[in-house]
Amino acid sequence: MFSKILIANRGEIALRVIRACREMGIKSVCVYSDVDKHGPWLEVADETYCIGPGPSAKSYLDISRIMATAEVADVDAIHPGYGFLAENAHFAEVCQSSGIAFIGPSPECIKLLGNKASARALAIKAGVPLLPGTKDLVETEAEAIEIASDIGYPVIVKAASGGGGRGMRVAHNEIALVNGYLQARAEAALAFGDDSVYIEKFLERPRHVEIQIMADSHGSIVYCGERDCSLQRKHQKLVEEAPSPIMTPKLRAKMGKAAVKLCKDAGYVTAGTVEFLLDKNGNFFFMEVNTRIQVEHCVSELVTRTDLIQAQIMAAAGEKLPFTQEDVEVRGHAIEVRINAEDPDADFRPSPGMITDLFIPGGPGIRWDSHVKAGYAVPPNYDSMVAKLLVFAPTRMEAIIRMRRALGELKIGGIKTTIPLHQKIMCDANFIKGDVDTGYIENVLLAK
Amino acid sequence: MDMEEIKRLIELMNENELLEVELVEEGKKIRLKKKFEGAAKVIPMQAAMPVAPVAAAPAVEAAAPSTEGLLEIKSPMVGTFYSAANPESPPYCEEGDAVSADTSVCIVEAMKVFNEIKAEVEGTIASILVKSGDTVEYGQIMFLVKPN
Repeated sequence: MFSKILIANRGEIALRVIRACREMGIKSVCVYSDVDKHGPWLEVADETYCIGPGPSAKSYLDISRIMATAEVADVDAIHPGYGFLAENAHFAEVCQSSGIAFIGPSPECIKLLGNKASARALAIKAGVPLLPGTKDLVETEAEAIEIASDIGYPVIVKAASGGGGRGMRVAHNEIALVNGYLQARAEAALAFGDDSVYIEKFLERPRHVEIQIMADSHGSIVYCGERDCSLQRKHQKLVEEAPSPIMTPKLRAKMGKAAVKLCKDAGYVTAGTVEFLLDKNGNFFFMEVNTRIQVEHCVSELVTRTDLIQAQIMAAAGEKLPFTQEDVEVRGHAIEVRINAEDPDADFRPSPGMITDLFIPGGPGIRWDSHVKAGYAVPPNYDSMVAKLLVFAPTRMEAIIRMRRALGELKIGGIKTTIPLHQKIMCDANFIKGDVDTGYIENVLLAK
Repeated sequence: MDMEEIKRLIELMNENELLEVELVEEGKKIRLKKKFEGAAKVIPMQAAMPVAPVAAAPAVEAAAPSTEGLLEIKSPMVGTFYSAANPESPPYCEEGDAVSADTSVCIVEAMKVFNEIKAEVEGTIASILVKSGDTVEYGQIMFLVKPN
């Protein structure tokens, strides 16, 4: 087992990893940027090193600064968290060649699964259901037109190296397709340095359901249930829940086994998530693999009673997983809301600044994963998430009632947050019915 | 690890008034922890209390010479500070030396790359706050310079 881990991240995920390290008797080392010097999570790390100025390019994204710290702090592993360098194959390679364990899959896996086109090809080989679409990249407009008419409109053009909703264009007809094809390529070139695109069928109003995977290097790959993340805004998840309101044990087993097969074929180790889209008839289609631990991993922890960060660290250290597939049983219901420092009344404009006071909800079935405290200034340099508020209850309705209660108790003074939006969602008739899709927030709830 | 070894460890603990001992060898690990005599049962909590962050080098804010009116030369990176190019050479600068913007004042080494650091200020070295072999962080003050 590792004796010292460097956490190449900040905020709530850095705190989450520190907590796992503390329970495992592992020393934690945090790197931080100048603007994060008062970060409350730094107070519980064993060692901290200021590595650069605020801009991520010169701090959290700067591989040489992180490796220099790894060297002086003499760590044996690095946890990349999520975002930043978590899915950077080159960073994983640098760790490898420095003799430091990267707590994540191999660089080869990251490259294979991180590229949408090669991930699709792997999924086809693994027999995982996919949306009708191209196996290879689409090189010309003429090709795009032919493919789209084969698949049948509507279709979506997607960047192979893409993510975060960029480099994508939906088309309902040929004219829109040609425009979309050219725009997607241009946007992809700018955003990802790679203008390759592929085309697939576009599902109207799908649900986003993802499977949590945990794998060790002894041949064990376990799926830890699913998470329904259909409530999104601009491709950013707002609310996540487990189990999915439309899930059945049979469908879960089918999706879980498909996710496991894909990861097995890829030679995957540690934590990962396989994302699927579901149509109205309960058919599931592979979307992509996230080769990292995710923000919403806590939702799965609550319904399966696992500690995914500890399991991830164990797997990275070459140990066997602390649970088997038989141990993982989905019980009860968990919901997570992401509280962002944004003004929902001003088109979600970021609202950084000093948190003047803070009252955290508590009592039965509440989990608060956050790095903030009263007197902490949310910096403008990084993402706007200030907290994850989770509830757990025996049934979905009780979980919704509990979340309403928790949101009512929660007070974050001094900045604008998305708390009012979450209260709205928890009282929304369609959300309560379990009848939402990935367009619901933008097209229905916010349009009201 | 047999009973004799464990008994010997306990003896060592008592002789040296140790409360906790951890021994790791060849894939085996043993940790012995004493219960406090006469106190209520103590639930062993490992590393429970938040520890103040261990600064990489002596905390710069604490009991430093007054920096009023003095210019600072800060480290631009995490690494190891060296006052000279190599152990045989004289230091780049000493207290009382005049420096200008382009004067090399030290080396900060990271990942086997030796970076010469320039003063970037003009004046005389008033004090040197670190010594060769110390770990420095980004932004850490290494020299205080009296402006001309």
